[in-house]
Amino acid sequence: MLIVVLIGFLLSALLLFTGNFFKEKKLSTLLTILPLGILIYLLSFGQKIAQGEVIYLHYEWIPAFDVSLNFRLDGLSFLFGLLISGIGTLVFFYTSSYLKGHHFLDRFYSYLSMFMAAMLGLVLSDNLITMFIFWELTSITSFFLIGFNNESQSSRKSALVALGITGLGGFFLLAGAVLIGESAGTYSISQILSDPEAVRSGSYFSLICIFMTLAAFTKSAQFPFHFWLPGAMQAPTPVSTYLHSATMVKAGVYLLFRFSPVFEGSHLWHELLLIFGAVTMIYSAYHIIFRIDLKSILAYSTIAALGILVFLIGIGTKMAITAAAVFIVVHALYKASLFLIAGIIDHETGTRDITRLSGLRHKMMPIFITGVIAAAISGGIPPTLGFIGKELIYESTYHFTESVVFLTFLAIFTKILLFYAGFVVGMKPFTGKLPAALSEVHKPDIKMSLPPAIMVILGLVLGIFPGFIEDFISAPITQTFGFTDVEHLKIWHGFSEILVFSMVTILIGTIMYLTLKPNYKLKGFISKLEVISPLQLMNDLNQGFEKISGWWTNLFQNGYLRHYVATCVLFMVISIGYVVVFNFNLDLADQAFHQLTFHEVAIIVIMLGAVIFTVVTRSRLAAVVAMGIVGFSFSLIFLFYGAPDLAMTQFSVDTLTVILFVLVLYKLPKYLKLTKNVLRLEHGILSLTFGTLVSMIILMVLQQPVQKEVSEYYGDNAYLLAKGKNVVNVILVDFRGIDTLIEVSVLTVASLGVFGLIKLRIRSRDKK
Amino acid sequence: MQTTILKAASNFLLPVLLLFSIFILLRGHYLPGGGFIGGLIASSAFVLDAFANGLVYTKSMLRFHPGFLMPLGLTFSFLAAISPFFVGKPLMHALWMKGHIPVIGKLGTPLIFDIGVYLVVIGAALTIIFTISESR
Repeated sequence: MLIVVLIGFLLSALLLFTGNFFKEKKLSTLLTILPLGILIYLLSFGQKIAQGEVIYLHYEWIPAFDVSLNFRLDGLSFLFGLLISGIGTLVFFYTSSYLKGHHFLDRFYSYLSMFMAAMLGLVLSDNLITMFIFWELTSITSFFLIGFNNESQSSRKSALVALGITGLGGFFLLAGAVLIGESAGTYSISQILSDPEAVRSGSYFSLICIFMTLAAFTKSAQFPFHFWLPGAMQAPTPVSTYLHSATMVKAGVYLLFRFSPVFEGSHLWHELLLIFGAVTMIYSAYHIIFRIDLKSILAYSTIAALGILVFLIGIGTKMAITAAAVFIVVHALYKASLFLIAGIIDHETGTRDITRLSGLRHKMMPIFITGVIAAAISGGIPPTLGFIGKELIYESTYHFTESVVFLTFLAIFTKILLFYAGFVVGMKPFTGKLPAALSEVHKPDIKMSLPPAIMVILGLVLGIFPGFIEDFISAPITQTFGFTDVEHLKIWHGFSEILVFSMVTILIGTIMYLTLKPNYKLKGFISKLEVISPLQLMNDLNQGFEKISGWWTNLFQNGYLRHYVATCVLFMVISIGYVVVFNFNLDLADQAFHQLTFHEVAIIVIMLGAVIFTVVTRSRLAAVVAMGIVGFSFSLIFLFYGAPDLAMTQFSVDTLTVILFVLVLYKLPKYLKLTKNVLRLEHGILSLTFGTLVSMIILMVLQQPVQKEVSEYYGDNAYLLAKGKNVVNVILVDFRGIDTLIEVSVLTVASLGVFGLIKLRIRSRDKK
Repeated sequence: MQTTILKAASNFLLPVLLLFSIFILLRGHYLPGGGFIGGLIASSAFVLDAFANGLVYTKSMLRFHPGFLMPLGLTFSFLAAISPFFVGKPLMHALWMKGHIPVIGKLGTPLIFDIGVYLVVIGAALTIIFTISESR
């Protein structure tokens, strides 16, 4: 099972080197073997899963932190795994024609297989931390997929928005995971689910509940985080298909599904899901009316569908969970095919504007048939699987304990608009008269028309014979939720209120489709309201942040080195000065000034002289040499106080520094006095204060009794443990060797930086 | 800055200084010295040579860019750091050869580590100085 997760990553790494081969030989269709293989591999477990078995794989990763690469294949992960690999197969197949000859086709497949692997890892992992890592990987890879057309600014921007929102959700997931781990004492999902009481009785329960729902809401585009999803439509259509029908956005639903048993019965949980799910589905369903872009319509209908799923999980009865499980499959089937059809239309006609599309049935009859069936599944017209899904949704709202009328009304309202959306995308572009602008349209490649056809046929067949998937729908429900005898899926439920609701839905939906024509007027109406939309609010917030940080940065980063140094020193003076002034009590009698020797005094006098000379001289070279004198005097002081190593190093470093300075100064123009006298005076006072403060600190330190434990340890053990007599060197290469190793690495990086900066500048200047 | 005296002196000083830097490097474990100081002395030697004979001459004498000494040195240090893994000891655990080698003294991973530091310091110092002096 590990290989199933890893093979996608392996392939994407391999594509780095073999991408050109696939591109030039036009063999990209072959890559479909990867998801197809995974699909077949997963299906081989079908028998076991249907019997309620759970397959585990244990692999220790970081046992010290209870992080393991444990995988578990149960009914729920099997269902999601099938969707991921199944839709993945069709998307891989479709892409090879859709993006045929694209310059970065190999890159696209690389991202896509990485994304698929991350998704599979997410639904298969049995460890919260590992799951979080895969969760983040899906966010990152989807960032690359959404921003695939990286020359377009809006594409880059929507990728960033998506990453921002889903990344925010990732933080919530991590926080939730850590708190769950704290309460349950383990990160293993199986163990947490087998003993949900441990989490439930923990003190963080409400917090965990909020964090986990927020994580799911951001990923599954629930209001008010929904706006990244319509933005993500900037991606090439196969990406939208994959991300929004079966994978990325379903990850949040998976999370809710997976952890439902832990939160079941908690009012907070049910209310959060119900309210946010309901708001999302109403809000986005009503937005469908105002859209004229095919993919935009689909985006809002996706959000509405996700709202329904969250809403159903929030209801949480057996019927609702069954409805949710069926609807996940239904939605994946019809939404993927509708997206693919929208992609075909876009690919062949070059537009997705619904007002400009009509009569395409004359040019692509098979796609028309596919589209109508997809719309039928979406609208829940019998005998498709969509009908079963819709019936179950109405059953679960109608047989709920509270606010039956209101909840059922919400469900019917959303379903009517989803019906409308399905037919607008799946049927409208094909009916009516063919405009002259579209008379040159060609029939799409078989590689593009086959995948949606396969999906709608599946939706039709499964509707007539729901027995095929019944076991796979009931397995997650019985395993995860512990419900027994799950409702049998059947197309005919007898005459009941539910059937009436279905008929009403279809009727009103049809009337809407026939009377309401999408047009620019409606779009104009909604764009006026966008001032208060969450997207706009986030943009304003972002701009505010940018302004503040720009102002803040300019305040400090004005480009003058002296300004930087002065700021740093001033900060230290204030922070140190505060402490020193309040704690300073110096007993000068203790200080052994009378022990000063002649050569010490002489050195200090030389240093003082050199410093004063540095400040007053008008020649740069002289200033550098004077600074060198200060450095050499320091090395003498080190020598007097018994640190020959330090003295030698100081001496060599100072020599090289002076040489460097000379080399640089040699190239500078003549010494100019650019600063005002006042500023020089200010800097002078600042440096004197700083120097005084440091001296005060040193005097204070000297008054403290000396702790010799550390130096004695090194002194005693240098020879015994490290076989060296020079303690300094032994510390450098042995006791604290890792420090040295990192230091030399830093040194390398720094010198590469100098090399790069200067060489690049020379090269770019040479070019000019 | 090319004077005959400096030129003549540097021809002798370069090998002597390099030898001295290696001496400092090797004696580091027992007496003042070590890879860092040794590296600085060696780079000063090259810088002195560059002053006397010109940068072009020094670079052609080196035959390769001093920057390559950095990865080489890092490799030395890193190998010395991880070599204890091969005998089941933790990172940076010092391994020593039994017996003495004349002049060098005891041979062990700390010495190899120090040689790495020596090479990195030469590489980094010379890269910085050469790059800056080449810039216009």
